[in-house]
Amino acid sequence: MLSKIILAGFGGQGIIVAGKLLASAAMKLGKNVTHFPSYGAEMRGGTCNCSVVISDKQISSPIINEPDVAIVLNKPSKDKYEPKCKTNGMLILNKSLIKDETKRTDLKVGYIDASEIAERIGNSKVANMVILGAFAKITSLVNINSLIDSLKDVFPTMPDKLLDLNIKALQEGFNLAYVI
Amino acid sequence: MEKVQLLKGNEALAEAAVRAGCRYYFGYPITPQNEIPAYMSKRLPEVGGVFIQAESETASINMVYGACSCGARAMTSSSSPGISLMQEGLSYLAGADLPAVVINVMRGGPGLGNISPSQADYLQSVKGGGHGDYNLIVLAPYSVQEIVDLTIKCFDLAFKYRNPVMLIADGMLGQMSEPVVLPKMIDVKDDLDWVVGNGNHAIIHSLYLNPEDMLEIHNAKLQKKYEAIKNECIEFEKYLCDDATSIFVSYGTPARVCKAAIDELREKGIKVGLFRPISLWPFPEKELNELASQVANHSGKVIVVEMAKNQLEQDVKLAVNGKCEIVALNKLGGAIFNETEIIDFVLKDRK
Amino acid sequence: MTQKTLYSKPKSLTDKVMHYCPGCSHSVVHKLLAEIIDEFDIQKDAIFIAPVGCAVLLYDYIDCDTVEASHGRAAAVATGIKRVKPNKQVISYQGDGDLLAIGMGETLHAANRGENITVVFINNAIYGMTGGQMAPTTLVGQKTATTAAGRKPSNEGYPIGACELINTLQAPYFIERCKVNDSKSIIKTKNILKKALKYQMEDKGYSFVEILSNCPTNWGLSPKDSNKWIEDIMQKNFPIGNFRDNGKEA
Ligand SMILES: Cc1ncc(C[n+]2csc(CCOP(=O)(O)OP(=O)(O)O)c2C)c(N)n1
Ligand code: SF4
Ligand SMILES: [Mg+2]
Repeated sequence: MLSKIILAGFGGQGIIVAGKLLASAAMKLGKNVTHFPSYGAEMRGGTCNCSVVISDKQISSPIINEPDVAIVLNKPSKDKYEPKCKTNGMLILNKSLIKDETKRTDLKVGYIDASEIAERIGNSKVANMVILGAFAKITSLVNINSLIDSLKDVFPTMPDKLLDLNIKALQEGFNLAYVI
Repeated sequence: MEKVQLLKGNEALAEAAVRAGCRYYFGYPITPQNEIPAYMSKRLPEVGGVFIQAESETASINMVYGACSCGARAMTSSSSPGISLMQEGLSYLAGADLPAVVINVMRGGPGLGNISPSQADYLQSVKGGGHGDYNLIVLAPYSVQEIVDLTIKCFDLAFKYRNPVMLIADGMLGQMSEPVVLPKMIDVKDDLDWVVGNGNHAIIHSLYLNPEDMLEIHNAKLQKKYEAIKNECIEFEKYLCDDATSIFVSYGTPARVCKAAIDELREKGIKVGLFRPISLWPFPEKELNELASQVANHSGKVIVVEMAKNQLEQDVKLAVNGKCEIVALNKLGGAIFNETEIIDFVLKDRK
Repeated sequence: MTQKTLYSKPKSLTDKVMHYCPGCSHSVVHKLLAEIIDEFDIQKDAIFIAPVGCAVLLYDYIDCDTVEASHGRAAAVATGIKRVKPNKQVISYQGDGDLLAIGMGETLHAANRGENITVVFINNAIYGMTGGQMAPTTLVGQKTATTAAGRKPSNEGYPIGACELINTLQAPYFIERCKVNDSKSIIKTKNILKKALKYQMEDKGYSFVEILSNCPTNWGLSPKDSNKWIEDIMQKNFPIGNFRDNGKEA
């Protein structure tokens, strides 16, 4: 099994670390993983993305041309990645910031009010965790516990209070995600 | 055993160097290797080491020259344009038999090019990009784990042969994260009699004024060392070569993509394999030549896959030495090969 | 009712959307230079040297002949151009890493020869392009990607004053430090740049204009706060003012 996942959004939405957490969680489940961020001048202008590949076999290239799943946190990213998704692939949207309909009819679309939920539980910055929780629910590619277990590896110096908030965000995302 | 960690290539490299005993890092920022100096600036002071952000790559390599003259485990890292600036220093390091470790996380060229992955510094690295008759030992990883293993090897070889060693990786390897296992901190005890700082009138130099009885002899000595390295340091990987009728030759990221292409081509009944040089200098010439005979017997081809034009291919031509046909697939702009391109190339070429 | 044009974009500025981060001083200085080029009507006579730094794509925005130099070598490239085309206005535009770190040698020697060029120095106390590493002008205690705990003089020395350094040389004709963090200073800086270029057009010799600039992205500040930081902190380390003006009327 080979899954190619792109995460995309504004700089500052924690896209790169969310990708790192996803890759760590999959690694904990014994998978081969790669994580590849956009870097350098690519990041100027405020958008940001990263590619995560999860596989049972050795991974040839960390680059993703056609994602199986695109997790998008803002509208410019949806506009960019909706057309690129694989046929019958999946789009997971931050409904708080993306109001317009998806154009493609072959895609499975998952929704989560990531930014609103993050704000409600205490900090808009954890919208990235909310949408990762939603991803775990909708795809079952990683489970929520492996994500929670990986938090300490990805954020070794994070204080407990913030860790708890991140765990809450993952759980809320998991519980409130829905697919149409 | 340490536990498996998810690490970015550049950071894994930096930590591996620290564990190999590197305590002195001198470097200048350049993408896509900036995580190496950033990491070293925090890490080295923790282990009693020194980090200096130099004013240029020319300064970096000469700071390394100075530190190595004292027998220290020292390194620098950069990317293509910065490595160009280090060529003079590399020639001096080689001329003075100094054990420096230099990392090139390659990006697109020539000139400012771009910051995307590239392999276009192959010839500069393996043919000695500076002046004079010299060779660097050049190693090329293709995964983050191999970055760790080979970085440690760089220090071992540099000190074993008193020769500068370069590790070259395309920018992709520096930027991507993969699971790795790091080795334990190595307890280094280099007992060196040639170093300055002990008051023994040690001289580190590369000036040998007399042609006949000085420079001739010095260069002959260097050449003898290079012969030993050629005999002892060849490294390569063969993937599904035993029954292969055609062989890819590739290193770094493109070699990974070749492996995936091979798996698919074999499902279609096409027997291809991969020959992946890990030591680029010395180049595994003999081993590739033997494979070329096998390929020739099947009227197959050697297919060079590189993110450069006619660079690795030149060494492949020398190794194959006319035994079989060689074709090449190149990328020159910083994009990465995908499996489909490689598979299509092979299928089209068979028609 | 007739309509009157009160303001238009400088002719020498292209329509291309700038890649600079929101609020970045590079865009302000580009616009000033384009206005000056228009006012002197030298769009066809100015030759820019683009540095290696965030302003490397300067030629996409300023519509003049431009040569891209390798990192730090702009003053040497400018010298080559000026010696071949003495009647053209040669403007070298450089950041602090470019001008004071890797290009220190070229910078000082071009100044010391009194090359008849204008050097525009964008001092933002950091390496913008490569992601926020320490620059020669990084302040003591300032946190960067390579000085996580702040610049420490014991390991990294002190920030270099470019104007002060160049002012030790005999040949330069005009040296001034200014800033672009509010509208008043922007207008002042425009006049200073204009003067520097005028001297070049009059064959007076080397002119150097240092502009205290922001880098909101790598300073981790909002554009507004970054301009305040220039006012409250940066300026104290790099006092603004004229260091030399050999053309000043007695
Ligand atoms: C020889 C060489 N070394 C390093 C680099 C990488 N590099 C690109 S821009 C830059 C520094 C930019 O800083 P600065 O000059 O202050 O300009 P800013 O981006 O802050 O405007 C560096 C080190 C390069 N391109 N070439
Ligand atoms: S990184 Fe800094 S200098 Fe570069 S464009 Fe952004 S704000 Fe300006
Ligand atoms: Mg700068």
